[in-house]
Amino acid sequence: MDMVLELKHALYLNLIKDARYLYILNGLKNTLVITFFAVLIGIFFGFLIALIRNFCDNTGKLKLLNRLAKFFVVIIRGTPIVVQLMILFFCVFSSRSANNILIAIIGFGINSTAYVSEIFRAGLNSVDRGQIEAGRSLGLNYFSCMRYIILPQAFKNILPALCNEFVSLLKETSVAGYVAVQDLTKAGDIIKSRTYDAWTPLILIALIYLILTYCLTCLANFLERRLKRHERK
Amino acid sequence: MRGNKNALIKINDLNKKFSNGHVVLKNICLEIFEGDVVCILGLSGSGKSTFLRCLNLLEKPSSGEIFFEGKNILSEKINIDLIRQKIGMVFQNFNLFPHLTVLENLILAPKKIYKKNNLELKKEAYELLKKIGLAKKIDSYPSVLSGGEKQRIAIVRALMMHPDILLFDEPTSALDPTMVGEVLKVMFELAKEKMPMMIVTHEIGFAKKVANRVLFLDDGNLICDESPEKFFNEQENIKIKRFLNCMTYK
Repeated sequence: MDMVLELKHALYLNLIKDARYLYILNGLKNTLVITFFAVLIGIFFGFLIALIRNFCDNTGKLKLLNRLAKFFVVIIRGTPIVVQLMILFFCVFSSRSANNILIAIIGFGINSTAYVSEIFRAGLNSVDRGQIEAGRSLGLNYFSCMRYIILPQAFKNILPALCNEFVSLLKETSVAGYVAVQDLTKAGDIIKSRTYDAWTPLILIALIYLILTYCLTCLANFLERRLKRHERK
Repeated sequence: MRGNKNALIKINDLNKKFSNGHVVLKNICLEIFEGDVVCILGLSGSGKSTFLRCLNLLEKPSSGEIFFEGKNILSEKINIDLIRQKIGMVFQNFNLFPHLTVLENLILAPKKIYKKNNLELKKEAYELLKKIGLAKKIDSYPSVLSGGEKQRIAIVRALMMHPDILLFDEPTSALDPTMVGEVLKVMFELAKEKMPMMIVTHEIGFAKKVANRVLFLDDGNLICDESPEKFFNEQENIKIKRFLNCMTYK
């Protein structure tokens, strides 16, 4: 009975009193916004980079762009995300007029672009060479082959890796506090500093992260099954 | 003797060198005419497949000229996609699109390229499938088909583009021996319909029966271009004789 009472009190102190749940809601919103837009940026530019590199490997054209893309991926994957964020925040956008969340979106977006491009590239390479040869030999051009033959197959192959990437991105946004964004982690941190209770807020936000990532994984599993079903009849 | 006829394909001094320095094709000159059924023989590694793949530029030749219906396909100005629409190709590993049904495999390219309507294409696909006895499989995915069925469908897929010539790159080499016959039968029927074909193969019997010309590639050199009667019965070249002996003892 004591434990229940204690828990009730802890929850009241950390969530209800002074409307502290608002920190969590606001943090959750920011985490989701940053993740969502960073994912969009990552998919769009990651796909573009993968396509450039694949096009260059296949046709020998666009060599300069290919080299730039390689360089970009090496730099982004070779440095910590926190450092990248801080460079963006304190050096590139040091004028302070820019919105913190926007900076975080750009930072995580760029970071995710590099990882996603490698995932897409691996996916494109995972499709047998004979497939594009068959498409080209029928007279379809490179882009039609990509769109109707290679991408549908590649996408199926990379879905698990892509989902993993988004799960880790969601978790990585927890360092957004470094650039003065009040994300979910920061919210827990703020509540902790108000209530002097570390357990309740930190376990609480850990649970929220867990639920989010679990849902994402379930969604990916569902999509994967749907795409697989397509294959046998 | 056939000089007054326009060649379908004319090849001048074709050379191919791989990036590792290995020279696969050496100064190949050849003319292919309407209605020709050409079988290309040779030891493995002699450049047969590379030669065939040069004809639709799946491999880029290092030098030389290839004229298809009078157009130099190695010229910068040529849109190779337009040329490839007229040169069908059938691969050793079938290369059907696994995420599409048989019907979708057949109509994808003609739908996107010739912009024909679905119904018309479906009818055409059905007729062709019926001819090879696979009409029942029209809505199946490739994963449930046998090798022989896959290869016959790959041939139909190439035919759907109404090509002027078909290239076969070892079409029966990946097949179970019991399925070789059904694929060769389809090719035999095509030969009867005067479809020009170039076939890289190890099926000596098929070459004897169907080809009107037999080529022999030796280490990148085209050393023989004869009628099958002469090639198989009056062969004087010692290398080719040895090759033929190997094949018959197989």
